[in-house]
Amino acid sequence: MSFFKRLKENISRQTEAVTNKFKEGLTKTRDVFVERVEDLILRRKKIDEEFYEELEEILIGADVGVTTVLKLIDELRVEVRKRRIENAEELRPVLSEKLVGLLRGEQDNSLHLNENGLSVILVVGVNGVGKTTSIGKLAHRFKQQGKKVLLAAGDTFRAGAIEQLEIWGERVGVDVIKQQAGSDPAAVMYDAVQAAKSRGVDILLCDTAGRLQNKVNLMEELNKIYRVIQREVPDAPHEVLLVLDATTGQNALNQAKLFGDKTGLTGLVLTKLDGTAKGGIVIAIRQELGLPVKFVGLGEKMDDLEEFNSDQFVHALFAGLIKEEDLAEEA
Amino acid sequence: MAFEGLSTRLQNVFGKLRGKGKLTEDDVNEALREVRLALLEADVNFKVVKDFINRIRERAVGQEVLKSFTPGMVVIDIVNKELTALMGGTQSKLAKSNRPPTVILMAGLQGAGKTTTSGKLARLLQKQNHKPLLVACDIYRPAAIKQLQVVGEQVKVPVFTMGDQVSPVEIAKNGVQYAKDNNLDYVLIDTAGRLHVDEALMEELQNISKEVKPDEVLLVVDAMTGQDAVNVAESFHKQLELTGVVLSKLDGDTRGGAAISVKAVTGCPIKFAALGEKMDALEPFYPDRMASRILGMGDMLTLIEKAQTGIDAEKAKEMEKKLRNAEFTFEDFLDQMEQMKKMGPLDQLLEMLPGMNKVKGMKDLKIDDRQMDRVVAIVKSMTTEEKRRPELLNASRRKRIAAGSGNSIQEVNRLIKQFEDMRKMMKQFSGMMGPKGPKGLKGKLGKGFKFPFG
Repeated sequence: MSFFKRLKENISRQTEAVTNKFKEGLTKTRDVFVERVEDLILRRKKIDEEFYEELEEILIGADVGVTTVLKLIDELRVEVRKRRIENAEELRPVLSEKLVGLLRGEQDNSLHLNENGLSVILVVGVNGVGKTTSIGKLAHRFKQQGKKVLLAAGDTFRAGAIEQLEIWGERVGVDVIKQQAGSDPAAVMYDAVQAAKSRGVDILLCDTAGRLQNKVNLMEELNKIYRVIQREVPDAPHEVLLVLDATTGQNALNQAKLFGDKTGLTGLVLTKLDGTAKGGIVIAIRQELGLPVKFVGLGEKMDDLEEFNSDQFVHALFAGLIKEEDLAEEA
Repeated sequence: MAFEGLSTRLQNVFGKLRGKGKLTEDDVNEALREVRLALLEADVNFKVVKDFINRIRERAVGQEVLKSFTPGMVVIDIVNKELTALMGGTQSKLAKSNRPPTVILMAGLQGAGKTTTSGKLARLLQKQNHKPLLVACDIYRPAAIKQLQVVGEQVKVPVFTMGDQVSPVEIAKNGVQYAKDNNLDYVLIDTAGRLHVDEALMEELQNISKEVKPDEVLLVVDAMTGQDAVNVAESFHKQLELTGVVLSKLDGDTRGGAAISVKAVTGCPIKFAALGEKMDALEPFYPDRMASRILGMGDMLTLIEKAQTGIDAEKAKEMEKKLRNAEFTFEDFLDQMEQMKKMGPLDQLLEMLPGMNKVKGMKDLKIDDRQMDRVVAIVKSMTTEEKRRPELLNASRRKRIAAGSGNSIQEVNRLIKQFEDMRKMMKQFSGMMGPKGPKGLKGKLGKGFKFPFG
């Protein structure tokens, strides 16, 4: 009981508005995910093979990932035997604890930026996950914090990508460093870094072209961009963010692994979480690769990018559970 | 990674089944458990998996199998057939209106690849001697119209736009009219990406659909989509009555289980698959081949087909003769390399081989097409005379070749050495094939024969 209470207190200290946005964005996720677990517990009185199988399916249905789910189910079996739990109702606290444990990391979700001087943030990912849009939102965010922001149009491949970033630049009111379409993205980055240095910019956001992680040449190109940034600014890039589409399935693990090999990822941005996607793959990535989620995209507007907060994520996911425990306590 | 482990496990289970003369229900159940995991790992929706496994179980423990002499093979066959059936059985074609233009409406989530796919489809139609028109109805995303214009320019297809201040319904209507006036027979309407739960935007799509009465409504689905693919497809289908699906980004290392899910819940056939960044990388979709891919069994059919289109039969015969007579020169070698390249990127070819994921270290082995380019560069730096008579290549000639091709002299030496080894080897082979029968086979083979690249 007290666990959820602590969690709740933690959150009440944070602004109500943000929590609401989280809850709203995750409604779909919560509906499908938690309520199905609830339903399962209420419907099935006994814990048997079928119970496990159904639970397994619910979790896999949220894209949590087969390996992670199988591990969780095994752990549950052990607990059940140890504590001699017989009916499903008793399993609920154990299950919530385990689920929350998976989602909630002790990791630091905040950005590591260079406080006095230039910070470079490199944004990478496969095609169509929302890299450019996320950069636009990030730029807006930093601008609001009073930082001097510069954008680097490193997607020289896709048609219209430079223009797309320029429009974001106009909207937010920040400059964009660009070259022609088809030029070497590493050269664009070099220019951008030089410009950022001479203009005394606080934060340089680097866009890159979307690429599938199994294309060796394209990944080498990305590695070159990374090396150029490393060479020109000591300690840079300060953050390398992999943008992940929340609808992505098991392949996201491969993405995180291979992009990590080439660019030393420091965190994830989870986009399009306002659909029906569960974003459960974040759990798998955290479990298997230990990468924290730093931001989540929850809508189409400029300020629809939130810092990821595992407390809030858990709260939003398990709102149903928390409410019921409140009632139980009051009674 | 989990992926590989599973595919290997699956092959092991099938291997075990294969060897058995009699199958118990437990054997089948164990195999099916592995199949289930394989499908779930491949992002096939869990509901679909459940039905699928139940269906197979029914068939597999029934009469059919017990009567057979090789029950294991029968089970594998059932799995493969059911999986193919699940994905739509045969390949299905694009509709064609009796009264041109044929109107195709493209829809999908943000970032699924609608605009790029529209461009690729236009290119495909153009190759079939049609005259397509691209209509830019994405007025929301910054620079989306510009993107379609650039794509149109690349494939040399006209693009109809009215800016981003006009309603998409209006643009679509005028686009179709423009096609009629200009005798264009296909209209591809590119729309903005939208979430299937966004009511306002879904209504807009419905309005476009009502206005232009499309012959095809294609949903573009990212092949990497997870369990949610079902919700997306179901929802789009309910609101728009899809006629087909295009699977994008299938050239990644995803298993593409979304393909199965989408077909299973909507019943719409998958018509095309996008397999690369280039504009002509859109191919008709073959359910049976996809079934093999999802189960990790390779895609021999596509490989064979690629070989057939890529390699000239006449040339191959000639080559064989040359090899026998040890007349093989650097010129022939160059020819051979060109033909290999025509079949597509090497790593993609290797992926299609069954059991390739079982080979240890395959993942770390980087097959770099540039390596092949280097070899070609070396050969191309030789004079015609040198190519025909490699024995001419003395030290100073080699030095010139190294400088000319931008390689080190060691690399040139290595290639020539390998080439000569290969020639020797071929000579021996042809000796063995001759009328005198095999001789001197022992000890000659496996003497470190290597392909001249890699």
